[in-house]
This record gives sequence, C-alpha cells and structure tokens, in this order.
Amino acid sequence: MLNQENLQKVETLFKKYPAKKAALLPILWVAQEQEGWISQEMMKYIGDLVGVPYAHVMGVVTFYTMYNDKKLGKYHIEVCTNVSCLLRGSDKILSAVEKACGTKLGSTSLDGKFTISEVECMGACGGAPMLAIGEEYHEHLTPERTMQLLSSLK
Amino acid sequence: MEKYILPEIKDYQLIDVYEQHGGYSALKKVLTMKPDEVIDEVKKSGLRGRGGACFPTGMKWSFMPKGNDKPKYLAVNGDESEPGTFKDRQIFEFNPHMMIEGIIIGCYAMGITAAYIYIRGEYGKWIKMVDKALADTYAKGYIGENILGSGFSTNIYTHKGAGAYICGEESSLMNSLEGDRGYPRMKPPFPAQKGLWAAPTTINNVETMTNIPLIINKGSEWYSKIGVAKHPGPILVGISGHVNKPGVYEIPTGVPLLTLINDLQYGGGVLNGKKIKAVIPGGSSTMVLRGEKLDGVNMDADSLKAAGSSVGTAGLIVMDEDTDLVRVLARIAHFYHHESCGQCTPCREGTGWLEKMLHRFEHYEARPEDVDMLVNVANQIEGNTICALGDAAAWPVQSFVKRFREEFEQRVKHKETEAA
Repeated sequence: MLNQENLQKVETLFKKYPAKKAALLPILWVAQEQEGWISQEMMKYIGDLVGVPYAHVMGVVTFYTMYNDKKLGKYHIEVCTNVSCLLRGSDKILSAVEKACGTKLGSTSLDGKFTISEVECMGACGGAPMLAIGEEYHEHLTPERTMQLLSSLK
Repeated sequence: MEKYILPEIKDYQLIDVYEQHGGYSALKKVLTMKPDEVIDEVKKSGLRGRGGACFPTGMKWSFMPKGNDKPKYLAVNGDESEPGTFKDRQIFEFNPHMMIEGIIIGCYAMGITAAYIYIRGEYGKWIKMVDKALADTYAKGYIGENILGSGFSTNIYTHKGAGAYICGEESSLMNSLEGDRGYPRMKPPFPAQKGLWAAPTTINNVETMTNIPLIINKGSEWYSKIGVAKHPGPILVGISGHVNKPGVYEIPTGVPLLTLINDLQYGGGVLNGKKIKAVIPGGSSTMVLRGEKLDGVNMDADSLKAAGSSVGTAGLIVMDEDTDLVRVLARIAHFYHHESCGQCTPCREGTGWLEKMLHRFEHYEARPEDVDMLVNVANQIEGNTICALGDAAAWPVQSFVKRFREEFEQRVKHKETEAA
C-alpha cells in the first residue's frame, strides 16, 4: 500500500523512537500525503506495519481531526471561525468561501474541487480572519480577497 | 526595551547569522559547567514556564532523577492551540536556533539523551523550518554524538501533531507521542517519575526553552531584573481582536494591558476609536475582564491573578463596545466541546451542555433560569476532571456570566417581550 520510497521513510521513522508504536502518527502522515486520505485498508496495513491492532489505528485516525478517513476535494479549504477570527469577520469569509466554492460548510463541491471545513484556532490570530489551504495560511482576508484567492485555484 | 526572543536581526533564523550574534556560545559555556550548576542558574533566574501554568522552570528541572544510567526524555511543547495564542510560530520562523540551543542546554542539565519537539500538525510549514534548523545544527556538531568533544550526546527530533487541542496538555502530549489517542494521564505519577515510555520526562514550552540561552549568557541576576520580580523576563504577547495592529510583541513582563492595547508600538488602539468592552488576557481559557476595569492591570502572573484572571499564554483578545459577548462565549463553548477528549464524564457531557445552552442564549431561546444553570454546570465540571481542559471550559463561562450578567439576562428578556 505504501510505495517503496515511503516504506524507506517508515524505516527512518522507526529509528526516531524507542518503541515502534510511537511512529504511528508520523506513518499516518506519510500515508495521507501519498493517498490524500486514509482508507480502512490502509489502517489495517499500517496496523500490521507498526504491530498494533487495526482498532487502535482507527481509534487514532478518528481522534485527530487532521487525518481524513474520507476522500476530500482537490482543495481543502479550512476556515477558522474561533474567537479572534470571529471578531474580525470570519462569518463574511465563510460566506464568501461557500459562494466561491459553490458548496456549503462541511461538504465537497459536486465537481470534487473544493471541500470546506470549519477549523479551530490555527494560531494565526494576529492575521485574522484567515483560512488555510493545505499547509498555506492566508491571513488578513476580506471577502473580496477570499473570492479572488479561490477563483485563482485551477 | 531591547528584544531578545524576537530580535530585529535580518536572517537570524540562519545558523551562521545566529552564530555571528553570539549563538551557541551559551551551549559552549554550559559544557564547562556541572549539570546541577546549570539547573541552579535557571532556578535563580526566576524563569517561569510560558505555556500557561507559569511553573518555575528550574524547579521543574530539579524534579528529574540525577545521572545518565537510564533513559530520560524531554518533550518540548509546541502544540500551541489555545485560541488567541500565536507566539511559538514566531520562534519557529524567526529564531529557531535559540530554542534549539535552549533544548540542548536543558538536555545537558537533566542528563537527557533524546528530546522531541511536538508541533501542532497545522504548522506543517513551520515544522519544515525547524527541521532545517535542526539539520544545520547537527551539521555543526552541536547536537548528536559527543557534542563539541564534551562526551555529552543528545538527539533532538520534531514530532508532528494531527489536530487536537488536548495534546497541548502535557500528559496527553506524551500519549500522542507514544502513538496513542491524546488522552490525559492521571497524576501521580508525575512525568518526572514516569513520563514518556515510562521513563522520567520533562515537558517545557517552546518559548520557555528559548529563554534558556539568555539566562546562561547574561546570567541569572541580569535575567531576574527584567520585568517584574516574581515573574521575570521577556515574554511574547499575542494581541488579537479589535485592535489596529494585531500581532506578537515582545515585552518585559508587567506592561499594563492598556498600554499593550493602545500604545503605537503595540496594539495601536482599538479599531475605529471604539471603547473596550471586554478583554481576555491570556488565551480563551483565561477569565474575561471588563474593559472599564483594566486600570492598574499588568501582563504578569500576579497582577492578572489579583484582577481575577491569569496570564495563561499571554494571548490578549480585545473586544470593542459593539461585541456580542453571548456569541463569543457560545463560540468558546463550541471549541471546548469539540476539543474535549471524552475521557471524563463531567467534561465530555458538560461541555456539550454548555454549548447547547449558549446556543439557546445566542438565539434568544434561553429561559430565565438558564443563566444560573450555565454557572452550575460550569462549576460541576471545574476540578472534577483528570486534566485542566475541564477547568479551561468552565472559567470562560463562569467569568462571562459573573462579569457581564446583564448581557445574558437581556437575551432571556428579549424572548419574554416577544411572547407578550
């Protein structure tokens, strides 16, 4: 399930920790980077790699919000609506995102291009309101800038 | 004041530039000292943890068993998930080497051979920056085997979280590092007795570790004179909400909150010249203060405690006179319900009840008796859970209702008027 290059990464990860199980979270990251999400088959496979039951892997995947146990759209738009962003107008940013993506919060657009999620504080309160697309933070947003940003995504 | 944690030096994040400005000289000095002398120096400096609890760092280090015969670990807490807090990210980006140097010194002082910097998963970009800084530090021989010929060896790794506020709680962080769900552990045993992989472990915040080279280079006496005596040193304050210049500012502890909000070198005043209705001084879990009661309240542990709040992570959230505080509290309650790990019943159920009740207030559907019921539920969460998340969920509710009761009562009355 993991490709050759990623299996080598797994070997390096095992060396970082005194116990194999500790590499579980990093290996799940490797799997998600490869596939974009983590399927049940992948969870079983990783359980065998690490030497923990499938149920344990599933418990971990579903505990942490950043692991996706479902396929997402090509672009994952994560809008912060926590206090500092709320105070600076995250409502308007969220509306602009829904309009630009043609879908509602918590869903994926019909063309599979966008998934919109609400996220808890991303640690960018000084740049509120903000959203993240993958690892990229977009701060100091206005509804206009948000529309421009999303329409620039191919 | 001169800036030490975030100095205005171009390319300071690069190891060569950091070295040109005295970087890694504290490490060289420490390697000639005895580990206990290092711990004493940190104790004497008065440094208190910057992660929220303000625990004296030197004392924490002294809890670790002595000697090098058994494995011991250091976990550096860069989970930074408290709403209103965005300071550690600045260190990762602009001054990673001072943090790394502090970590190596901590490892030497406590006889630790492996340290893990736990960084929240959302900070993927910043984890890469720290990884680059670590690689450069290894290349110079400051980390790894036999550091600078001293005979002391230690390794430092980054570990990426995956989106869970609770992992900023130290025992939850350890479970997460071990590959489990981030459930907090019962104490005792305390981490210094039984932490990561059942070995003695210390957990320190990123900003705390970044202060260590300063103390070693300039001396504990010099350090202890910065800011207020009982909570000394430079501190990073994150200012957000309704101010003209939100951002992270380095200050000596003890600067008045009103200066932080209004002074041009900090927040630059409230947006559109409005009045301050409320301030959350140290991240979302700290108790809210009324805007007209900020005179004489300063950004340090004792002053904020006296004012009925706490310094927390120094994440100052400013709300102007037009802010709907019921909505703000409802959003905070939503957050704690989402982030409750589900292990303890009072927190798992209680945070949900708080969220539901506040939803009723927000939509003018609350009953008059709900105002007191909110506080009752919060009171029954507080102190009745394994970790402090339960307290963190209770404090905002208790303080918002206590200090702004009229706003909640208005939400009830409105419904009565409509019905009539």
